[in-house]
Amino acid sequence: MMPRNPPRPKERADSNSEQRFESGNTRRQWIGLFLGGGLLASFASFIYPVLRYLIPPPVADLGGDEIVAAKVKELKPNSAKIFRFGSRPGLLILNSDGSYRALSATCTHLGCTVQYRSDLREIWCACHNGIYDLNGRNVSGPPPRPLTVFDVHLRGDEIVVSRKREA
Amino acid sequence: MFAAVRHWLDERFDWDDLTAPLRHKTVPTHGLSYWYFLGGITLFLFGIQVATGILLLLYYRPGANEAFESVQYIMTRVQFGWLIRSIHSWSANLMIFTAFAHMFSVLFLKAYRKPRELTWVSGMLLLFLVLGFGFSGYLLPWNTLAFFATKVGTEITGQVPVIGKPVMIFLRGGQEVTGATLTRFFGFHVAVLPGLATTLLLLHLLLVQRLGISVPPKLEAQWNANPSAKREMQFFPNFLLREMMAWYVALGVLGVLAAIFPWNLGVKADPFVPAPAGIKPEWYFLFMFQTFKLIPSRVWFIDGEVLGVLAFGLVGLLWLLLPFFESDQPSNTKRWITGLAVFALAYVAGMSVYGHLAK
Amino acid sequence: MAILRSKFSQFIASRHVAVAGFVLLAGCLSYGQTKNSCLDCHAALSDTLEVTQEKFSQDIHAQKGLTCASCHGGDPTADDPDKAMSPKAGWKGKIERSQIPPLCGSCHSDPAFMRQFNPGLRTDQLGQYHTSVHGKRLAAGDTKVAVCTDCHGVHDLRAPSDPRSTVNPVNVAKTCAHCHADASYMSGYSIPTDQFAKYNASVHHQALAERGDLSAPTCPTCHGNHGAAPPGIDRVENVCSNCHVFQAQMYEESSHKKAFQAASLPGCVVCHSNHAISHPTEAKLGTGPEAVCMRCHQPGDKCDQARANILADLVRLDKAIKSADQVLGLAESSGMEVSEARLAQDQARDSLTKARVTIHSFRTELVDQDIQAGLKVAAKNLQAGEVAMIERDRRRAGLGVSLIAIGMVLVGLWLYIKKIEGQEGL
Repeated sequence: MMPRNPPRPKERADSNSEQRFESGNTRRQWIGLFLGGGLLASFASFIYPVLRYLIPPPVADLGGDEIVAAKVKELKPNSAKIFRFGSRPGLLILNSDGSYRALSATCTHLGCTVQYRSDLREIWCACHNGIYDLNGRNVSGPPPRPLTVFDVHLRGDEIVVSRKREA
Repeated sequence: MFAAVRHWLDERFDWDDLTAPLRHKTVPTHGLSYWYFLGGITLFLFGIQVATGILLLLYYRPGANEAFESVQYIMTRVQFGWLIRSIHSWSANLMIFTAFAHMFSVLFLKAYRKPRELTWVSGMLLLFLVLGFGFSGYLLPWNTLAFFATKVGTEITGQVPVIGKPVMIFLRGGQEVTGATLTRFFGFHVAVLPGLATTLLLLHLLLVQRLGISVPPKLEAQWNANPSAKREMQFFPNFLLREMMAWYVALGVLGVLAAIFPWNLGVKADPFVPAPAGIKPEWYFLFMFQTFKLIPSRVWFIDGEVLGVLAFGLVGLLWLLLPFFESDQPSNTKRWITGLAVFALAYVAGMSVYGHLAK
Repeated sequence: MAILRSKFSQFIASRHVAVAGFVLLAGCLSYGQTKNSCLDCHAALSDTLEVTQEKFSQDIHAQKGLTCASCHGGDPTADDPDKAMSPKAGWKGKIERSQIPPLCGSCHSDPAFMRQFNPGLRTDQLGQYHTSVHGKRLAAGDTKVAVCTDCHGVHDLRAPSDPRSTVNPVNVAKTCAHCHADASYMSGYSIPTDQFAKYNASVHHQALAERGDLSAPTCPTCHGNHGAAPPGIDRVENVCSNCHVFQAQMYEESSHKKAFQAASLPGCVVCHSNHAISHPTEAKLGTGPEAVCMRCHQPGDKCDQARANILADLVRLDKAIKSADQVLGLAESSGMEVSEARLAQDQARDSLTKARVTIHSFRTELVDQDIQAGLKVAAKNLQAGEVAMIERDRRRAGLGVSLIAIGMVLVGLWLYIKKIEGQEGL
């Protein structure tokens, strides 16, 4: 591709130069097509994704920090709901005194999803009868560690659960 | 149309005069001319990094609580976010590769000789900055691999006697790698390093412009003896067109890599989980990492890791000042340097492969 | 006693100097500790008479300040063996096996006494022991049965919470097996000796030994420790229900409870066995050698059909989960982000687990409910995986288009270069 050889000797035949002019024209057309068309197409294939990228997606937030677990009227007193927090389930409890409690719903024994027992006012894991109190402390059965407790606060009519602030 | 624009610019800024050097710039043509592309490709990839980096900045959130989730968001929810992010990650790796290749090609073609010493120095500093970009950027997704890679990397920095600990604390933003480290690395990656790199890059390009493209010594001697044998091409448009071909090939490669081998997201970093077994840094640090693993824990009275860090530091410094060891006069130094260069390349390549294959 | 004495005299005669030297050394070493002269000699004896300072220092009683004399009587401060082992000083010598439980109980059943060491420690062990098979047989004169020291050790007795203790959950099965797996020792009794071997093959042993799950059952969990006795055919399901709550509740209300009770068959054990409890697979519901239903039911009858339906349901859900997993795995390895669907697969697996529990109600419609819920989730995840694969293909098509455009530019540039450099030649 790099011109190494000395320049080609010039050919003088008239008919040849005419031919060359003709082929030159079609050649120019091909070049125009490939180069021009190619440049346009390639730029389009670069710009198109960038333009789509700039448009904000409908779900504005995947903030792993906090999530709207439920709406205010959703839960009855002394009941609970499982919600998704990041990549794991969480448990939101509305106590009978009106306060909310949110914890991780993954049992620390073998990972089953725990549930709220409104009759016993405790958190129970059905897999092997593990029991936690409402502070997440493992009080009975196999679980070796307490459940992680999350922060809950109300924002308008939304119940927002967030991880406890790390240092 | 171009002519009209040129005329408009020329009337106001003496455009033709400004661009004259560019129009007269030539590139020597010979068997090894292909190596001249590497610098331009590295520059092109840097441009890609800046563009995709700015796009990523529109959605990325620095901070231990949000960084991983924001990258996940880009990969899954933002339209073509996967493409922008994967291109950014792949282009980073390719750029580091081409930067090293560019450095080695300059080394073997002996383009660092007088009068191009400062071009070499600015280029080496740029190489260090590029590695810094790689190290700082790697942490930003805040996944387990990145977290531990940063931990180990900054730990090794802390081994340098006297200044090591303060530097480590400066880098980490504290004693340990935490969210503060992430914020700091983000600042380095998007502000400090780009600023420094842009300055050095302008200097580097200006020098290349001023000094012209170098030619290997033997060929240079031949051409000096016989000027008519000299072969050159115009930079503009000939070389530039070829350069554009190389850039388009790079674009194609990036596209294939991003679409077929998208960059991994990993698992969110958890400081309390023990380091996964067999943790390794990214490939461009493997040769150093593997060297450290092979140094005995105590050499004479010096701690093995300290020795390693000091050794690499010394080598880096000498490499930076390489052109000043070689004088114009024929001497054995030239052969030494060539031999050293071959050894260095073999060492880096060999250690990288070794590090990759070792458990 | 007399034999011991003469033996002892011989011993003293032959090793007088060594003993004296040892006493001197021990005297220096034990300066400041509760004087326990017994060990001075017994450390150098052999076989059952050997108790070294090292061994005794591991003993929890020694650590609490008790000495040999606390159980054996005698005078631990005397260096002269005659004075130390004098009946006048209360020396009991070797304790008879039948006397060991009351001896241990003399402290351990005294709450007021034990309170000074550990107020939380139970003091009903001796009472429980009397209700056990071991206790009853010992009272009837059989000294082959286990007494306190057989399980807890003696002289280097450790607290049960110590992982090296013979009665720690991870070790206790081996302790029971010491007798119960010894066919010749147990030859006079009418119980099998294969329980230990069977237990070692069970999931409970796996959980305890391999996963370190201390909540997994071992011998005393089901049989009791001090009041050790088999639960009894009509009681065994109570024992299992302590952990396997849901299964027990369903079984209670099922048709099989009444049937098994009437036939004097032990609840859970009929299908799951008692010691060799293996992980239940679909084979249990099948028609092959591991099938449990067909042991009683006739092929072709109503129950056989119900069994077949339940089995088919379980298999269907399992397959659905696996195929969704496969597609999601493929999507993931092609670089697609499917973590949400992956997470939702847990729900489907939970449904399958639930269905497997619901089997114990022996009602097809209940099992079916759980299965359907699981199938819905698995289907949704499969779809998510397929959508991801379509998206992947779309990406590759897009890549193809851009590569064609890039190719066109490359060709165009090549031609252009050729053209302008060809012209230079003209």
